[in-house]
Amino acid sequence: MSKTYKYVPEPALIKGNHDFKDITAMITDINVRPTPKGWYIAFGIANMLLLLLLVSIAYLIWQGTGIWGLNAPVGWGWAIINFVWWVGIGHAGTLISAILFLFRQGWRTAINRFAEAMTIFAVMCAGIFPGIHVGRIWVIYWVFPIPNQMSMWPNFNSPLLWDVFAVSTYFTVSLLFWYVGLVPDFATIRDRIKSKIGKMAYGTFALGWRGSNRHWWNYEKAYMILAGLATPLVLSVHTIVSFDFAVSIIPGWHTTIFPPYFVAGAVFSGFAMVLTLMIICRKIYGLEDIMTIDHMEKMNMIILVTGTMVGFAYIMEQFIAWYSGVEYEKAIFMLRAAGPYAWAYWIMFACNVFSPQFFWSKKLRRNVAFTFVISIIVNIGMWFERFVITVTSLSTDFLPSSWGYYSPTIWDMATYIGTFGLFFTFFLLFLRFLPMVAVAEIKGVMPQADPHNYDKNGEYVPPKVEVPEPYKNQTN
Amino acid sequence: MNKDNSEKTIYGILAEFRNPKELTDASKSIVESGYQHFDTFSPFPIHGIDKAMNLKKSKLGWIVLGHGMLGFLGALSLISFTMVFDYPMNISGKALANVPAWIPVTFELTVLLSAFGAVFGMFFLNGLPKFNHPLFNSENFQRATDDGFFVCIESEDPQFEEEKVTKFLKDAGATNIETIYDE
Repeated sequence: MSKTYKYVPEPALIKGNHDFKDITAMITDINVRPTPKGWYIAFGIANMLLLLLLVSIAYLIWQGTGIWGLNAPVGWGWAIINFVWWVGIGHAGTLISAILFLFRQGWRTAINRFAEAMTIFAVMCAGIFPGIHVGRIWVIYWVFPIPNQMSMWPNFNSPLLWDVFAVSTYFTVSLLFWYVGLVPDFATIRDRIKSKIGKMAYGTFALGWRGSNRHWWNYEKAYMILAGLATPLVLSVHTIVSFDFAVSIIPGWHTTIFPPYFVAGAVFSGFAMVLTLMIICRKIYGLEDIMTIDHMEKMNMIILVTGTMVGFAYIMEQFIAWYSGVEYEKAIFMLRAAGPYAWAYWIMFACNVFSPQFFWSKKLRRNVAFTFVISIIVNIGMWFERFVITVTSLSTDFLPSSWGYYSPTIWDMATYIGTFGLFFTFFLLFLRFLPMVAVAEIKGVMPQADPHNYDKNGEYVPPKVEVPEPYKNQTN
Repeated sequence: MNKDNSEKTIYGILAEFRNPKELTDASKSIVESGYQHFDTFSPFPIHGIDKAMNLKKSKLGWIVLGHGMLGFLGALSLISFTMVFDYPMNISGKALANVPAWIPVTFELTVLLSAFGAVFGMFFLNGLPKFNHPLFNSENFQRATDDGFFVCIESEDPQFEEEKVTKFLKDAGATNIETIYDE
């Protein structure tokens, strides 16, 4: 049997006819020119939400965790749900910057910078919850192996301590990775900005970077190594987060599917959040040529894949509960789908399993408004997934005498809404003061950057891509 | 070129090229002419310029390996010291040296220390931070982080002679040549 395979050329990563100077101007002008009014309005709203977070944390410390809806069977409520949700959101950033880098996916350069920023701020929001949920926040240093007057050490056999190391390492490595990528761009802004304070500030962070190719040589090596380190790291972090559940013996938690299923869910929700933010930013800042529909389509494909993986995990959980013959497992999964929390289970199922299936259609994958809606639905769905996992299992464990129903209080909600204030405060500062696209990297993936695309006299010759007849109308 | 610059010491000759290809070709001919102390500058890393400049393999991998080992052994010794020797605790009858349960923390600390090694090692090898550099005296050099492609042959080079180098760079196709002085 013979089959002729056709080469389908990749569409150009950057639309329009831009040279290096245009790219620098398009991205860094946002940082160099005066602050627009709309930014102040958004920043004000974000600050008010941040204030709400601070008030709820202050009241929590003053009064204790009793202000939350926690009760005797359900000792873990919104705090752990929000923690897992925010950590999961963060994963797309590292995935884009590390895993796609190792796979030589040039399209990542358009979105990696602000996906990484999203990671860092999301992990900050996540980190708040384990910090405050201990109740006695003034002894939170007990989670670190610091010699103290009681000569006690934390328990290294406990998944909760693994979590401390996983999340703090993740945050630190993401921050380093982000900063290393930013250094050449800080130098670009330093050389363009007019104000003296701006020159000082950006110059300090640029560390005197001057684009030397002897430096680039070590820099690229460092970037490669960091990507190689961050790849297993990102997979390990959510695996370890899932150990918080899976290493216990509570029915519905004690399963080996948790690590891969949590990682898939994290990537799923993270990409949805990147899309939500990207669709807004590209519109406001006029970056449609850089963050193109093609990028959106590729991310939608990842959402489709991971969403289907998550759906597979939901069905597999039900199957294994039945197949294992353990009556507690069987009962908890019956209750998830038909018990007092069935409403949450079906919201989760509809949002996470059914809604991404629309992306099988190319038309819908490339529809901006539709993608925006789905990206928000996915994030809602993933929040409900964590709710279902945490609350259903805890509220119905082995003994009917310790069964109960969990509902949140106003303070649970205020704290959760408040973390959006933290997230958007930082995100808006990022949009205002840092280049939201990796300038040096995006220049590196342009055809003009490759010495092979110049003729003998040093004139630029755009690479010729021959489009086979049946694909001619598909490049755009 | 100003006449009153004559007492200042020369740092090097800076030449601008039009695009990545001409920069790569220029570095090739600089290496062929036997210059050793020179550097090229571009807004992004250029594919293949390392070969043209005859750069040696980066030592960074070894630095990272060393740090990674430090993280790995450090984590294992911290955990075994605290869990087995300093404060042994019987947790549901499990072995004190519960090595499988130590894997997550050991892994995380290995990654953390390796990442420190990669980032700080890279800045160390590059001699950064260095906020002041003679090249920053050139107004035109600001374009090295925008769309400019530069070569600088430094006066440290044993073959360095101002006129000779200037002529050499002009022949290599440089569009703009200036002498950089040490401040």
